[in-house]
Amino acid sequence: MALLDVCGISDWVKEDTFSSQKASVDRVNHFNFAALEPELAVPIGVDPAEFLKPFTDCEDGVEGVTIKLKHGTTTLAFKFQHGVMVAVDSRASAGSYVDTQLFKKVIEINPYLLGTMSGSAADCVYWERLLAKECRIYKLRNKERISVSAASKLLANMVANYRGMGLSMGTMICGWDKKGPGLYYVDDNGLRLSGNMFSTGSGNSYAYGVMDSGYRYDLTVPEAYDLAQRAIFHATHRDAYSGGTVNMYHMQETGWIKVSQEDVGELYHRFAAEKK
Amino acid sequence: MKEYHYTGPVEHKFSPYAFNGGTVLAVAGEDFALVASDTRLSEGYSIHSRDSPKCYKLTDTTVIGCSGFHGDCLTLTKIIEARLKMYKHSNNKNMTSGAIAAMLSTILYGRRFFPYYVYNIIGGLDEEGRGAVYSFDPVGSYQRDTYKAGGSASAMLQPLLDNQIGFKNMENVEQVPLSLEKAVQLVKDVFISAAERDVYTGDALKICIITKEGVREEIVPLRKD
Repeated sequence: MALLDVCGISDWVKEDTFSSQKASVDRVNHFNFAALEPELAVPIGVDPAEFLKPFTDCEDGVEGVTIKLKHGTTTLAFKFQHGVMVAVDSRASAGSYVDTQLFKKVIEINPYLLGTMSGSAADCVYWERLLAKECRIYKLRNKERISVSAASKLLANMVANYRGMGLSMGTMICGWDKKGPGLYYVDDNGLRLSGNMFSTGSGNSYAYGVMDSGYRYDLTVPEAYDLAQRAIFHATHRDAYSGGTVNMYHMQETGWIKVSQEDVGELYHRFAAEKK
Repeated sequence: MKEYHYTGPVEHKFSPYAFNGGTVLAVAGEDFALVASDTRLSEGYSIHSRDSPKCYKLTDTTVIGCSGFHGDCLTLTKIIEARLKMYKHSNNKNMTSGAIAAMLSTILYGRRFFPYYVYNIIGGLDEEGRGAVYSFDPVGSYQRDTYKAGGSASAMLQPLLDNQIGFKNMENVEQVPLSLEKAVQLVKDVFISAAERDVYTGDALKICIITKEGVREEIVPLRKD
């Protein structure tokens, strides 16, 4: 229970054979409502990444068994004088099939923290939801909101336990805390970087090109909105695995606001009209 | 390029998965939800059963459709039903559709490294009585939608639904909200088309209609070839 964890006297309560390093159970325990560590079932004696390869990668693996997992994206975030801009596309593809054009790739952890998702959809959704739970517990225990640095560290440490097992997650944790605007990049290897500008996903190179050419720290708010939107739009135009709509969020001192959600097709006509 | 005349040694390994076919579809309306599935169970070139529906009723307001590997579908539905009972006993209330969807996401992700080969779609009514559809990938990524097709004929059905329910790629069209009668008719038409072109879909169509009165079922025959 929560208080027991904080006091650190959980040894005599229940000796769990589950080690906090890698998950060493081959089936999930459904009776653990408040598991201390997330228990994921791992096939014992087999390298998980190699085990899954014939089923996810090959076209004709085993008589038509192809487990297609949702993937692909472009996301970006940058800091500027008025806070942090976050923009993402909304396409989720499973193999070559576009599963949905309206996938939410920004998770609203709390009114002062946002997480973006790129890579495998399920990995991002699960770990960021777990992060949201940890942030909430932190707030309840310490009576103050978690810092962006601590939140990103929690996420990085959670996935570092599963390093090499085939997780695919590239995320940016953006927020506003006592130290001002915060932006961290966290990925499935446990890499965690602080910075002023990041873009992740299959379309990131296209987004970087547009962002780098228009970025200044002293952008005005409308200019920043325009830059973020253009960068994602151009990435969706050229990257097959990005598309759908451009979702934009602005992280301010008073929390985040959702700026807009515009279909890429309409943006295309708007930008084409501007050129004339 | 696949080699058609490979003559060397071939390794045959036991595969824990099989593909049993089947298509599932769910549509959410203003005050109703539909979950429909065909009833054919196949494997390779054989049909195991013509009466194996893929919709499972979970509560009075929620139905789940599961297609993919039938063994995993059965185990997964058993686990979901057990978890529903546990929730009812601990909290003295039934799980809402949104809660079931969130729980299914964590159940599926618990097997991230040895996935359930199941494509799930949950259809039901949310707490305000409006229709809700939640679609999943095999490892637990999910989203609330208005309509979704899953399973072997999903790539054929989804574009048609995008056009007819989502009014995509149509201009100057009056966007009338979908009525229950129209939705049921659309689902029947769409499955009849899928049965024509997908070998794994056919035999019969079972539609579960969820309204505030409860869950009603309708069975419609499809092509048996």
